[in-house]
Amino acid sequence: MERFERQISLAELGAAGQQKLRSARILVAGAGGLGCPAILYLAAAGAGTIGVADGDRVSVSNLNRQILYGQDDIGRFKASAAARFINERYPDVRVIAYDHPLTVENLPALLPEYDLVIDGTDNFAARYMINDATALFHKPLVYGAVYKLEGQLALFNAHEGSANYRDLYPEMPAPGEIPNCAESGVLGVLPGIIGTMQAAEAIKWITGIGQCLINRVLFYNLKDHSVYETTLSPQAGNRLKQPFTLKVFQETNYEMACATELNVGWKAAIQAAPRTPAIFVDIREPEEMPRWNDSRCLEIPIPHLLRQKDVLMQAETVFLFCQHGLRSQMIAGELRKIWNKVGIYSVKGGIAHPTSPVITRY
Amino acid sequence: MITIKMFGMVAEKAGCSTLELSFEGDTDQLAAWLHSSYPQLKGLKFVLAVNRKIIHDNTRLMQDDEVALLPPFSGG
Repeated sequence: MERFERQISLAELGAAGQQKLRSARILVAGAGGLGCPAILYLAAAGAGTIGVADGDRVSVSNLNRQILYGQDDIGRFKASAAARFINERYPDVRVIAYDHPLTVENLPALLPEYDLVIDGTDNFAARYMINDATALFHKPLVYGAVYKLEGQLALFNAHEGSANYRDLYPEMPAPGEIPNCAESGVLGVLPGIIGTMQAAEAIKWITGIGQCLINRVLFYNLKDHSVYETTLSPQAGNRLKQPFTLKVFQETNYEMACATELNVGWKAAIQAAPRTPAIFVDIREPEEMPRWNDSRCLEIPIPHLLRQKDVLMQAETVFLFCQHGLRSQMIAGELRKIWNKVGIYSVKGGIAHPTSPVITRY
Repeated sequence: MITIKMFGMVAEKAGCSTLELSFEGDTDQLAAWLHSSYPQLKGLKFVLAVNRKIIHDNTRLMQDDEVALLPPFSGG
């Protein structure tokens, strides 16, 4: 008995298909609800090399859908935990864990090492970034995304001139437009289905089985198992905002451009500030240390914020920060509501974060 | 008659997933009609597919056309 006997005996795959899987190098971006089932099925099928990139750690609320993790993994890096799970079961698969998110800085070095990318991320910034990077490096991208009980699936950049995510949604969403999974809730089995379909699409592409979703997008609804399919035409007009050189790609601030959420990291905020006319506001009490002495930064403790409405409304973008990012997140959410201003953000992790300007030089 | 199919948050906000209506005009006029009939769609991002083909430019609608309103999903 051989480990792949049952699939090699499938005429469509055969020994030649198995060999293609064995030499395939697949990068899975995001080891969450979509990434977990995709990684599991790719490993079971004997994919030779699987890279797993995710900067998050496992939390208890992940366990309803992120099936590579259990109670004991809480607090561990997802990528490393996923690699350990696969290594224990399938020692013939090489898993490379990247315990950090993909960025415009690290993608250009990583992508040439892989033949295909699976997008299992959970936010628009990462999705546009991965799309643009794979388009730039001519790597096929198996796209999958979910919302509540529905999913989307496609294969982008299959070959020169085939459609990518920009042909579906040319522009990144504006602030406050759409919630992601974390806010909207999801039944665990739905990303299980879509992530498994992503693995299937990757295996089909690598081995040449059937027809992949090239220049097509599939919409799946769990409620009635309905499937809607639409065609997509690759057109230069859709891609006016897509970076066409490595330099432009690396200068694109995806996080800020897709800041549909309240929280923004220090780096993205500081990069965006000169272009957006932005101010930073330290909302802590004056005795809280360290202080950020910078011309871009105002100090307005929480009790005085409402009286400074005029000042804050004048700026196009306002980044609030506190010690650890908790107070600023709450206040940013409140101010957005009462002032009806979407350009108010909270800086993730606050002044104590390793990337804050009192610790890191920009 | 034309048929309108709605997905994701668009269906959720509109409170239905399929509509059939008598409509003459183009997709820009249809979008304007949708926004006035369903003001809750304001601020929602979606693209249109006409007869299962994604369109980004204004398109004339014919009798029996099917239009889908497809919002982006980001969850994973």
